[in-house]
Amino acid sequence: MPGQPFVRSHMLPERAPPATAAGPLLWLRENLFSSWFNAILTLLSLGFVWYVLAHALPWIVQSSWTANSLTECRQQIAASHGPGTSGACWAVIRERYLQLIFGFYPSRLYWRPILAFGLTLAALAPILFPALPRRLLWLSSTVPFLVPWLLWGGSLWLPVSIALGAVLGYAALRLVTPLAGSLAGVIAAGLVPVLWWLFGAGPATGLLQSALPLAIDSVQSRAFGGFMLSITIGIVAITCSLPIGILLALGRQSDLFIVKTLCVGFIEFIRGVPLITLLFVASLLLNYFLPPGTSFDIILRVIIMVTLFAAAYMAEVIRGGLAALPRGQYEAAAALGLDYWKAQRLIIMPQALKISIPGIVSTFIGVFKDTTLVSIIGLLDPLGFSNAIRADTAWNGIVWELYGFIAALFFVFCFAMSRYSMYLERKLATEHR
Amino acid sequence: MKYSVFLGALTGAGLAAGAVAAGTLDDVKARGKVNCGTNTGLVGFAAPDANGEWQGFDVALCRAVAAAVLGDHSAVEFVSTTGRTRFTALASGEIDLLVRNTTWTFTRDVDLKFTFVGVNYYDGQGFMVPKSLGVTSAKELDGATICIQTGTTTELNLADFFRTNNISYEPVPIETNAEGQQQYLAGACDAYTTDISGLAATRATFEDPTAHVILPEIVSKEPLGPLVRHGDDEWADVVRWTLFALIAAEEYGVTSANIDELVANPASNPEISRLLGTEGDLGPMLGLSVDWAVKAIKAGGNYGELFEKFIGQNTPIGLPRGLNAQWTDGGLLYAPPFR
Repeated sequence: MPGQPFVRSHMLPERAPPATAAGPLLWLRENLFSSWFNAILTLLSLGFVWYVLAHALPWIVQSSWTANSLTECRQQIAASHGPGTSGACWAVIRERYLQLIFGFYPSRLYWRPILAFGLTLAALAPILFPALPRRLLWLSSTVPFLVPWLLWGGSLWLPVSIALGAVLGYAALRLVTPLAGSLAGVIAAGLVPVLWWLFGAGPATGLLQSALPLAIDSVQSRAFGGFMLSITIGIVAITCSLPIGILLALGRQSDLFIVKTLCVGFIEFIRGVPLITLLFVASLLLNYFLPPGTSFDIILRVIIMVTLFAAAYMAEVIRGGLAALPRGQYEAAAALGLDYWKAQRLIIMPQALKISIPGIVSTFIGVFKDTTLVSIIGLLDPLGFSNAIRADTAWNGIVWELYGFIAALFFVFCFAMSRYSMYLERKLATEHR
Repeated sequence: MKYSVFLGALTGAGLAAGAVAAGTLDDVKARGKVNCGTNTGLVGFAAPDANGEWQGFDVALCRAVAAAVLGDHSAVEFVSTTGRTRFTALASGEIDLLVRNTTWTFTRDVDLKFTFVGVNYYDGQGFMVPKSLGVTSAKELDGATICIQTGTTTELNLADFFRTNNISYEPVPIETNAEGQQQYLAGACDAYTTDISGLAATRATFEDPTAHVILPEIVSKEPLGPLVRHGDDEWADVVRWTLFALIAAEEYGVTSANIDELVANPASNPEISRLLGTEGDLGPMLGLSVDWAVKAIKAGGNYGELFEKFIGQNTPIGLPRGLNAQWTDGGLLYAPPFR
């Protein structure tokens, strides 16, 4: 009927959108084929991925896990996948993975590094995740003394007397500060533990050990190797470089001339020298300068050098965070009547550190990966060990399998650190977006 | 030049400091362990096995010294050193002796102030090429690309060889032997050059070893031997005569299998009796026990046994004795008389 208005008496049911406007097809069109140029790029990338996988996957899968030498590997692969097939010889990993992880550490004592690693993670947990109960922080304060004891062994009284040094330092801070002012307090807190460690700790350990022998098998530093070495150096360098880096960054901004000069000099010197040079100094030059007969543990020397190196970089990363803070924050802290340390602790540092998180974690990851440089001075880190394993006549000629295994383990650690930093950034994102 | 002066001064300082300490032999006895500098890993010469025990031809000499001095072939602390750290480790006293495929050269002996106590392996630099290249002599390698490890004497030898033969080459620098293998197999270079022992070990790992030939030319002399610090002759004597004991034992037919019998029933050969301490007192002259050589030989066997076990014809490396045969068999091994 013409002129009759159309009146809908009931609602039409909702219909699904056309296939090209929703679901996977829409996603494909929007993300991969949005224009002819993008379509070509997508196809090229797919072709590349296919090319890589088509070569890598058969090699990874057509492999041998049970052989006892490279020749046997090749025979097994040729037997099961036809002659001329190239496949991975994972058998080397099966035979040597414990060595790649623990180095020469005695196998009956493997529980000690494992326990130490577990304790370290448990100690880091309350620091990394504030949701955990605060009482765990007690664990965090004892672990730095417990873990070296577990790794190197020896008398239990040594870590106890070293911990006593820290307690003495704290006591000195508390006693001297009211008597002679805060600067003297800080100096005393630094001096007393060092004196104790130099002169008191050794005899005290001997005395306690003779009174009540409590010791586990000691393990030489030379027995350290593989990932255990990397992780030991990495964790110590990472955990120590952050506080040292903060102090250096603050020192660099200080108004006190000597403090500032020292900090700037240290940072610029360390940053101006390659890590390998520092490692050579640790391994070679110190041997000449120390009096003959002194045994200054090589791993300790390396740890100190790597820590100093990381701390210098950390200081500059944190200085970046400090520089990004508006001047008003410093003034506001002063206006509230906070003293220097309180202002830093409550207002400046929380913001500066938050800004620097990506840089800090990048430095951490870099330091952890840099630990492989110690193979140059003859320490058998995973890369050094891969060379040593290749020197076995049974495995000479194996390259990709060993490097692949090492790369995979490094990836796990570095990826975990990277993920944690993203979690932290999300958690601390307080500004309006 | 300046660098070597600096290094020399450092070495001198290290020696002056080292001279204050007691003799190395006394130190080792007091410590109960021999600190032996070894390779971070070299096929046939030093490598950790699956149990983390160091094995190899160089390592065996360390064990023999430990057995001779301390009576226990496991009383060795192996310190893995790289080509860069080995000399400072020895000069600074971190290690007592260095057995790490080190070529005996004038400057190392005189300028760096070390004492090479002997030669445990006569090596030489050679070339390996794919058979398909059709080369039968190194002199035909004009214009070839050659993979070579940087910072070693091989680099200098190579330059010398090509200069004297008035032919040209293009070096492909590599850092490690593993890298060299990969580059060579990938065809990045026509020839690979390093010590013959290294070439043999490398070729043994190829899928088809017969497709590669080691050229007959040996372009350098590489006498590899153990070395100790200058100025501690007692300790140098101990290491030197331990090596000679292993060599002499092979010459006289003393093996780890028959040694107990020879000690129990002294043979007619007085040289053997003196070597094994059943006659005379050579051991105490060295400051060691009478049966020092017996322990050294029992640690792994005589020189020939060690050679066959780690690098000889029955191993994948398959090195012939060549120059490393006894002088009676036309080789260069010649132990002075034990008297």
